Amino acid sequence: MQVLNTQVLIIGGGATGTGIARDLALRGIQCILVEQDDINAGASGANHGLLHSGARYVSSDPDSAKECREEAVLLKRLAANCIEDIGGLFVAVEGDDENYVADFSHLCARCNIPVLPLGVNEARELEPTLSEKLIAAYLVEDASIDPFKLSMENISQAQDLGCQLLCYNKVIGFDKQHKRIRTTRLQNKLTGEKFIIEAEQVINATGAWAAKVAGLAGITIHILYSQGSLLITHSRLTERIVNRLRPSSNADILVPGGTVSILGTTSIRIDDPDDVYPTVEEVDSIVNEAAAMIPALETIRYIRAFAGVRPLVSSQSSGDDRSVSRGFALLDHSEEGLENFITISGGKLTTYRLMAEKTSDLISIRLGVSAPCLTRTEPLPESPSVQWSEPALAPKLWLKHHEPEDILLCECEMVPKSTVDAIMDSIRKQHGQPTLQAIGLRSRIGKGPCQGTFCGPRTTTYMYDKGELPLDRCLPGLREFLRKRWKGQHPILWDRQLIQAEILEAMHCGLFGLELGA
Amino acid sequence: MIDSDVITCDLTVIGAGMAGMAAAVFAADTGLSIVQIGGDSEIGFASGLFDLLGIYPVNDRRQWNDPWAGIESLIRDHSQHPYARLKTEDIQTAFQILLSFLGDGGLPYSRHLNRNVTIMTPMGTLKTTYCVPQTMWSGVEALDKKPSCLFLDIKGLKGFSARLLAARLHDNWPKLRTARISFPGTGAWGEVHPEHLANALIIKQNRKKLAKKILPHVKDARIVGLPAVLGLYQAQKVVAHLTELIGVPVFEIPTMPPSIPGLRLKEVFERGLREKRPHYFTKKRVLEISQRSGDMFEVNIGNQTKGRTILSKGVILATGRFIGGGLHADRRRIRETILDLPVHQPGSRNKWHREDFLDPRGHLVNQAGLEIDDAFRPLDKNGRPAFSSLFAAGSILAHQDWKRTKSGVGIAVATAFGAVKSFVHLCR
Ligand SMILES: Cc1cc2nc3c(=O)[nH]c(=O)nc-3n(C[C@H](O)[C@H](O)[C@H](O)COP(=O)(O)OP(=O)(O)OC[C@H]3O[C@@H](n4cnc5c(N)ncnc54)[C@H](O)[C@@H]3O)c2cc1C
Ligand SMILES: Cc1cc2nc3c(=O)[nH]c(=O)nc-3n(C[C@H](O)[C@H](O)[C@H](O)COP(=O)(O)OP(=O)(O)OC[C@H]3O[C@@H](n4cnc5c(N)ncnc54)[C@H](O)[C@@H]3O)c2cc1C
Repeated sequence: MQVLNTQVLIIGGGATGTGIARDLALRGIQCILVEQDDINAGASGANHGLLHSGARYVSSDPDSAKECREEAVLLKRLAANCIEDIGGLFVAVEGDDENYVADFSHLCARCNIPVLPLGVNEARELEPTLSEKLIAAYLVEDASIDPFKLSMENISQAQDLGCQLLCYNKVIGFDKQHKRIRTTRLQNKLTGEKFIIEAEQVINATGAWAAKVAGLAGITIHILYSQGSLLITHSRLTERIVNRLRPSSNADILVPGGTVSILGTTSIRIDDPDDVYPTVEEVDSIVNEAAAMIPALETIRYIRAFAGVRPLVSSQSSGDDRSVSRGFALLDHSEEGLENFITISGGKLTTYRLMAEKTSDLISIRLGVSAPCLTRTEPLPESPSVQWSEPALAPKLWLKHHEPEDILLCECEMVPKSTVDAIMDSIRKQHGQPTLQAIGLRSRIGKGPCQGTFCGPRTTTYMYDKGELPLDRCLPGLREFLRKRWKGQHPILWDRQLIQAEILEAMHCGLFGLELGA
Repeated sequence: MIDSDVITCDLTVIGAGMAGMAAAVFAADTGLSIVQIGGDSEIGFASGLFDLLGIYPVNDRRQWNDPWAGIESLIRDHSQHPYARLKTEDIQTAFQILLSFLGDGGLPYSRHLNRNVTIMTPMGTLKTTYCVPQTMWSGVEALDKKPSCLFLDIKGLKGFSARLLAARLHDNWPKLRTARISFPGTGAWGEVHPEHLANALIIKQNRKKLAKKILPHVKDARIVGLPAVLGLYQAQKVVAHLTELIGVPVFEIPTMPPSIPGLRLKEVFERGLREKRPHYFTKKRVLEISQRSGDMFEVNIGNQTKGRTILSKGVILATGRFIGGGLHADRRRIRETILDLPVHQPGSRNKWHREDFLDPRGHLVNQAGLEIDDAFRPLDKNGRPAFSSLFAAGSILAHQDWKRTKSGVGIAVATAFGAVKSFVHLCR
């Protein structure tokens, strides 16, 4: 069996894991990051993409509010290429809790969070889609952040500094000896191959899966799982982020990005982080609620829903909801008798850097490394291979440079074959195997209104012809891709998206018979 | 053409998809005067293959060699399935009339009377179907006999890989080779569109140039397969000419949409029906149907600029499902779009679709649609015919899932026949 050696093993390729990889690499510490799926397969790829000004938490959790405020200010400066500083509004409509409205600016001031009260008409001039029933509005310093770009740029710089990334490799067990994890056992999800990694320190940065992974090492962590679902609209409705000014509830936030907006979210308790699935009921409740804030949300076309899991890590073993920490949890397992194992879970995308810093500080102490954290001062460099997920980038480049040979494989989002080539290239460079799913993750393929109906088979045949996809990954890959897209489609299938789904099924089942297997 | 705002006829056919077109053919055949209205339909997407019944029960993925036996088994279990309201002889007659209409129009189809055939799809899967355009028939036979064969694909034509097709079939068909050619005159283009290729091949000179490109690759191949772009019209002639030029039979392989065999169908229907039904509106939609006085229907059609009224004894509703526009869904329910007829549907939206796209049981939304009586008349809330001479046909009908049972065109054609027959019966 293959054995890899490293100073630090990071498990989990979300914002936290990739953030840690960069932080450690900048301190000169050697590391390997393993991810069971692909970058941002967990909550980091299934969130609002809101860089919180902190205003949302001023009432429920002032400490988190301050933390968000400080990190957001830092990130706007250091990771500017991942952030659109579009600003945000907090608005209340008739029927919302007026006491909450009355306390808001005072609570923000207490947390040092700038807010600017606006007249109702002024707010509707800024954002004409807002409801006529507006009763209060405030301007805040919210921004939108591209989580995918963020994680990719973190891992890219880490890789440039020698960190190794192993996607599609799942941790399946640990071997312990003398109060230490001696080896970590992994299995490749594509090939089934097993191997082990020997590391001096092991970091469990698996978000909602933290309890499962810690469990493999015999350590119990109490986590409650809260599923949140989000909807993507077909067009952009506002210039700014719009938050509902009320105690956290469903469908409070609309985050515009590029030509779409993301609306959500919900909170439902689930038993297993692998059972995450946006439901029809959630979608209906989001649309019903959000329409009070922006009436057009009732009739707009939605192209997809998605869901992520928030891990609520309980510091005590009681599992009582009230003892659940809302900030992040950095768990040093030496207390439970494992000296080289740390879990970091919870928190927010907005605070990922801080979480990475705290984790890396602890690791540095353990390794006796004195190099300081640089992520607080060093800007995050932009990496060219990361660009393709930006909605308008592929078309822009295509229009500028396109050679007659450069066919569009995806017509909805204008993704040409040169983009797919570039992505396959960068995956190969990272020793990965390009799959349709991986291309979809790194580009706009499958994300437009057709949701993979046409670009799915086109990209499959293209990749096969280039010799980049083995035969036995063609149809299974297409099935997997369509199934994944379907998860996000099935709860929003009415009106035009239902027509789209009918075309999808007519083609892929009616004609190809993909449901018949083989 | 009578330039009046009111047109009177025997039968108004609403819909220009497979069901509407077939209904027009059957009605014209019996000498009825008809008016037809209908815009874009599923034909533009469809492969050109005519399924009758391929798979049943879908959950068991049972494949039928004999479609008639399959239908029998299906209607034994599902007495509400549209096929259950038809005699086998009627479905057979419907196909006979339709196929001879298409043949007369220059678009012959091939089939075994009582046996399904297997054909390769553009993704390299094998599909059970009933009738195929004659230009695809040698491919069906080749799949069976597996002679030394060459698959060609065309540079710049997206979503069609001869290599992928051949690789998927290679285990059972060792004498299968592939090659890629560039289509004559498209050297400088990156992307080629099926319509352009199909159009170009109408011209003899282009066929000769294409044959020249193909010839060096033929070698020992006894037969050559190409994507189905061989002529927008008269594909039969184009294929015969290429066969002659190359010296071995040429056949077409279905492509993904946009599909040329679908466009050919549309063209042949429109040309073949032109004289038999002078009034055909493709740019207008039916806005309203009412029955004010006596037995006559008043069908109001229009677009932004102008409206018209059609007076007819009968109406056939062949407006399709969501793609065609006969059904529409909002977040809460599915409606029939012209008359708001009751639509059989699963209770709430969370039952419309399964969580797994490829769930072998199929999605319940596909069973939604209009309920009818044995005369193909849609029912009202009380389960009685909504009107004495309003009929429905095609994919709008409830209790069928053509995508999974592989019976799209079969249901459209058979029910169109049933609806016309009932109307004729009623008129007598
Ligand atoms: C609906 C929703 C909306 C949100 N909106 C916002 C927002 O607007 N702003 C904000 O700041 N925060 C938001 N958050 C929170 C934010 O998304 C998360 O805090 C953050 O993404 C967590 O990142 P992570 O890397 O810790 O975890 P994850 O991104 O979940 O990463 C964990 C990774 O570990 C991998 N893994 C699991 N088990 C194994 C194993 N055995 N072997 C290998 N790998 C494994 C998983 O595949 C996954 O990729 C939102 C969260 C949700 C659910
Ligand atoms: C991608 C795809 C692949 C397919 N592959 C196959 C296959 O391999 N084999 C097979 O057998 N079948 C296949 N089919 C299915 C077959 O084409 C359909 O089952 C069949 O065409 C259904 O036809 P229809 O006439 O009932 O409906 P449609 O084709 O949807 O036609 C409905 C018509 O009604 C008109 N209409 C609707 N509302 C109004 C109104 N208010 N006023 C006027 N007109 C109106 C529309 O404009 C349209 O002309 C495929 C379909 C698709 C989409």
